[in-house]
Amino acid sequence: MGWFTMHYYCRNLLVLTLALTGAAAVAQGPAYQRGRNATEEEIRAWDISIGPDGKELPPGSGTATEGAQIYAQKCAACHGKTGAEIHPAKLTHMGGAPGPLVGGVGTLSSSKPVKTVGSFWPYATILWDYIRRGMPEFRPGTLTVNEVYALTAFLLFQNGIIKEKDVMDANSLPKVQMPNRDGFVPPKPEWKPGMKRPLGYYP
Amino acid sequence: MGSKQSSRRRFLKGGAALAGLAIGGIPRAIAQVPRVEKADAPPGDSRAYGHRSRFDTSKRLDDTHAPHGMTTPIQDTTGIITPNGLHFVMDHDHMERPDIDPKQHRLLIHGQVDRPLSFTLEELKTLPSVSKIYFIECNGNSQPPRGPGKDSVQDVHGRISCSEWTGVPLALLLREAGLKAGATWLVAEGADAKRYAMGIPLTKGMEDVLVAYGQNGEPVRPEQGYPLRLIIPGFEGNISIKWLRRIKVVDQLYVPRHQATNAELMPNGKALWFNFQIGAKSVITRPSGGQKLPGPGFYEITGLAWSGGGAVHRVEVSTDGGKSWKDAELQQPVLPMAWTRFRSPWTWNGQEAVLQSRCTDERGEVQPTLAQLREVWGINSDFYFQDHFNGIQPWKVTPDGVVHNALLLS
Repeated sequence: MGWFTMHYYCRNLLVLTLALTGAAAVAQGPAYQRGRNATEEEIRAWDISIGPDGKELPPGSGTATEGAQIYAQKCAACHGKTGAEIHPAKLTHMGGAPGPLVGGVGTLSSSKPVKTVGSFWPYATILWDYIRRGMPEFRPGTLTVNEVYALTAFLLFQNGIIKEKDVMDANSLPKVQMPNRDGFVPPKPEWKPGMKRPLGYYP
Repeated sequence: MGSKQSSRRRFLKGGAALAGLAIGGIPRAIAQVPRVEKADAPPGDSRAYGHRSRFDTSKRLDDTHAPHGMTTPIQDTTGIITPNGLHFVMDHDHMERPDIDPKQHRLLIHGQVDRPLSFTLEELKTLPSVSKIYFIECNGNSQPPRGPGKDSVQDVHGRISCSEWTGVPLALLLREAGLKAGATWLVAEGADAKRYAMGIPLTKGMEDVLVAYGQNGEPVRPEQGYPLRLIIPGFEGNISIKWLRRIKVVDQLYVPRHQATNAELMPNGKALWFNFQIGAKSVITRPSGGQKLPGPGFYEITGLAWSGGGAVHRVEVSTDGGKSWKDAELQQPVLPMAWTRFRSPWTWNGQEAVLQSRCTDERGEVQPTLAQLREVWGINSDFYFQDHFNGIQPWKVTPDGVVHNALLLS
């Protein structure tokens, strides 16, 4: 294998699949017989990755109204009352205070871009995934599924993306269109693996 | 054969060690033969696990950009291997470093596979292993500082280290699990409290990624991911997941939060997505910012070069601010996606001089100047500088021998 680009794995998924993984899957079985077969139960317990289409989202639901109360109780101390604030204290382990979660639309091309959930994040499901795995900062993993749905709904509402009474669940959340969904560009498609790269971009 | 050379031979014959500040010319080095003193007993049983000399004070420093990051003193390290205790640290999202009992640790591989598998560390160690020397570099390394006071190469370029990593090729484990048709991406996740996760293209996972348990001859250090770390050669360090506990094979692009928010903005407001690979880079580590040359005379210019795109092909050194360039000697072996040590002899005449190095990798990619990068990115000096900065680093030697960072943004 040489070098590859988004072009390679994004635009030619079919070719990629057939060339590499499909062939490998057909041709080879386990050679070493090490490791134990993982049970469905343990996979369910460990698998907290939510894809863009939200197919792993668990049953449950929440609204911004419900989320507002949980947010005030468990989130506002660091993220501010509305989510648009920047906390003055250095609370996180990375980069100091958490950046704002709300607002920033229209700033990305300015000299002071404000990356928030509303202005920057491409998929609503990322928010659900991250709130469940990483929040609250000092007690990650302690929120219930319904609390995660409600907090997700609250932040989407605060960003003007959904309505206050909209119910977020496994069906509705993946359908939420994030404003900056098309704000991400892959490296230039004319570049091919093995070619010298044009200056300044990094596949 | 000048008197300096014979001095040098006498010095070497005498068996004296050059101290850490060997930046000095030969006469000074001789004057620095260490005094013989009785060392204090170091902490711990140094017969069971040895310590360095108490006179060696080279250390990691707090990263001025990231509250919990630590930079590697690349001005002090020799060769191409970073000692484990000096490997840079940049933890992105955890409350405290996990303290993992390796007997309890498991690696789960699941998703678009025929046989979801759970491995213990001992099981992984019975599988065919490889040892490879790779650098790991933070994508935020080398950003030119604003204003004075950020002179040292450690401060500016210390978010990189290079180690020999030992482990099982990820491709082997994925083949054991059996990839299903349609698999295209991986999500790798750590066992830290916040389950830090990143997406990796399956093509890369099948190419050269390692599930490493060894670092420079001993287990991976806790701050590097003990007992298991994913090593993704040539790609920005934040996807080399520490405390690796789960790999999910998926059939589409998953975008873990940090990958979404790390995407680098261009001036037009669009973000570069999955901007993984480190470009061709090099930096002179001695003489470098904050050091002082004791006087005119001979110096060995030395530094490190690397590229996420393969092996270093050539390093050139300029001592006149880029007007003329001379090929540096490359220390063998030159390995892909590893540091390459370069050296170039220089006689300083005592006048102001600007030292810089320029790397060309095996694909012919040439390390750019700041001006070239600005042109490509359309960035003026007011714009916050990009991650993945790989511009040429100039160091200015003033007539008093002090070395300054000559790449400060206004």
